Amino acid sequence: MPPILEVKNLIKTFKTVTAVNGISFTIPPGICFGLLGPNGAGKTTALEVIEGITSPSGGEILFNGAPQTEAFREEVGIQFQHTTLLDFLTVRNTLETFRALYRDPESMEHLVETCNLAEILDHMNNKISGGQSQRLMLALALLNKPRLIFLDEPSTGLDPQARRNLWEIVRAIKEDGKTIILTTHSMDEAEYLCDEIAIMDHGTIIAQGSPPELIRRYCRGGIISLPRANITIPLSQLPLPYKEVNGRVEMTTETIDQGLKILMSKGFDLSDISVHSPDLEDVFLNLTGRKLRE
Amino acid sequence: MSLKRIWVMFKARNYEFFRDKAAFGWNFLFPFLIIAGFAIIFGGRDFSGFKVGVFPSTTKQIDFTSTNLPEKFITTTHLEFIGFPDQATGLKKLKHHQIDFLIRIDTPTPLYWQLDSSPKGYLVERLFQSAFVPENNPYGTKEIVEGREIRYLDWLFPGILGMNMMFSALWGVGYVVVRYRKNGVLKRLKATPLTAFEYMTAQALSRFFLQIFTLIVVWIGADLLFSIHVEGSLVALSVVFALGGLSLTSVGLLLAARGTSEEFTSGALNFIAWPMMFLSEVWFSLEGAPQWVKGFAEVLPLTHLLRAARHIMNDGATLAQVSGDCLALIITTLICLVLGATLFSWND
Ligand SMILES: Nc1ncnc2c1ncn2[C@@H]1O[C@H](COP(=O)(O)OP(=O)(O)O)[C@@H](O)[C@H]1O
Ligand SMILES: [Mg+2]
Repeated sequence: MPPILEVKNLIKTFKTVTAVNGISFTIPPGICFGLLGPNGAGKTTALEVIEGITSPSGGEILFNGAPQTEAFREEVGIQFQHTTLLDFLTVRNTLETFRALYRDPESMEHLVETCNLAEILDHMNNKISGGQSQRLMLALALLNKPRLIFLDEPSTGLDPQARRNLWEIVRAIKEDGKTIILTTHSMDEAEYLCDEIAIMDHGTIIAQGSPPELIRRYCRGGIISLPRANITIPLSQLPLPYKEVNGRVEMTTETIDQGLKILMSKGFDLSDISVHSPDLEDVFLNLTGRKLRE
Repeated sequence: MSLKRIWVMFKARNYEFFRDKAAFGWNFLFPFLIIAGFAIIFGGRDFSGFKVGVFPSTTKQIDFTSTNLPEKFITTTHLEFIGFPDQATGLKKLKHHQIDFLIRIDTPTPLYWQLDSSPKGYLVERLFQSAFVPENNPYGTKEIVEGREIRYLDWLFPGILGMNMMFSALWGVGYVVVRYRKNGVLKRLKATPLTAFEYMTAQALSRFFLQIFTLIVVWIGADLLFSIHVEGSLVALSVVFALGGLSLTSVGLLLAARGTSEEFTSGALNFIAWPMMFLSEVWFSLEGAPQWVKGFAEVLPLTHLLRAARHIMNDGATLAQVSGDCLALIITTLICLVLGATLFSWND
């Protein structure tokens, strides 16, 4: 299938800052594509340029193989990271107002059901919780039956339950066959929702692929950790590379499976063992030497 | 352009106006309070005659049957007599300017006191003295001028209405749109098919509608309380206020075209509002002001709105007689709309 979106060497500079410095990617229809990176990486800026909210300083953006036309606004849905809604409107007023701006809006029932808004329909925009507000913003991004949906940090600032709840909604949207681009600085979110991830840092994409691919490519093995007390031989004689952390010994291994086999064959006491398989956080750490959240 | 989109944004803006209880009440209360305030201040300061203290008298109301005062003095209109028990009380009141003149009435010839510095006391003394002189034939020929007196209130009222319209336009369009640009509401709207032209048209129409609505409510209220008099035609007056509302709203639109700083915009708003408040003759006439001040005032739309409105309300002018001011209002509207449309930005 031809890609729904192609971004070629996109650049965006503000007066002195180059927020996006030549990024390129291609998104086939029907997937959830994630821009993962720490705060300030340039995710929001990149997204807003692609959305046509701000103009690019360089590069090319093709939607369905062509530059944006008037119809673009009717075909994409956008959830911004920082927006407020009109004062003194209820959730229902807000949905109705925005629906009326589009040619072929989604039905009210479907929106309310998808985004779970039934019990707050008559509340004022500014009298709803963070999670409810985020669901309303999501509903606004869906109300023109878009083919392509942009979500900028959809779950940032939500409590774990509200976060889960939102993830389920995003999954349901994906199952509807929509294409989603989301940004996040949470590797859980990226791993849970995205089929393909571009890791961004300082305005550039430093790695791209599906989560398992990225982990395979950038992380060697896993970590097996045992209490220091379990180990009776001198540490220097351990069969695996190790370091001591807070009364435990952490050993690095090519694969967890292989590491466990070695330890068992040497008769180590494996009680209280903990095992860590590499994740996207480690990918970022290995690529940049920094953690995602600073 | 989509009329439907203009209509929903118009409705949304009106919701905000009617649901913002605090601002809503203020919109109507503010002009009322000013008008009521001035009615009271000027009602009290109207010429109320001279106060003449009289002693000894056991009551405030004086029994004139057995006094030494001439009938002619007692019956002078605009003289008010107040009784005091003794000289000390009367003198105290006199010194405090609470009365203008003090007379002792139980002596064969009256004794009187007046403050050296008081012009009112001097005038009462002249009246008092002449009351003892026998009546002559009146000198000169008297002509009575008839007609409605124009109260300060009748002159001030259109000023207050215009000022209210001005604030409503500048804050309700200029400030609100800048705030929405700052907090991202405009960005959210930009992401929809809504165009800048549709959005700003809706803002302008909504504000215009609300100005007229406010004007009618305030008018009816003021008319009930102070019976507002319109010498000319109400239709002509409506046309003038409509043109005025449009031109002030378009100034608001121009201010709303750019900017994300509420502080800067409120500064700019005051920078426009204050000169209009003082130079457009809201409160007082610029008669006698230097020529350059008058010239500058001609640039301000409120000047033309108020001049035309007063001309119609107070002097009964026709629309044709105020056509110059109407033209000025139309030109302001067009200039501000074109500039505003050219400068407009959703983002910054
Ligand atoms: N309007 C702007 N003007 C100037 N600099 C900006 C602007 N918006 C973003 N930036 C800068 O661009 C960089 C990327 O910001 P942003 O895209 O918001 O990052 P992210 O969304 O990944 O946290 C940051 O250094 C930020 O300070
Ligand atoms: Mg961001």
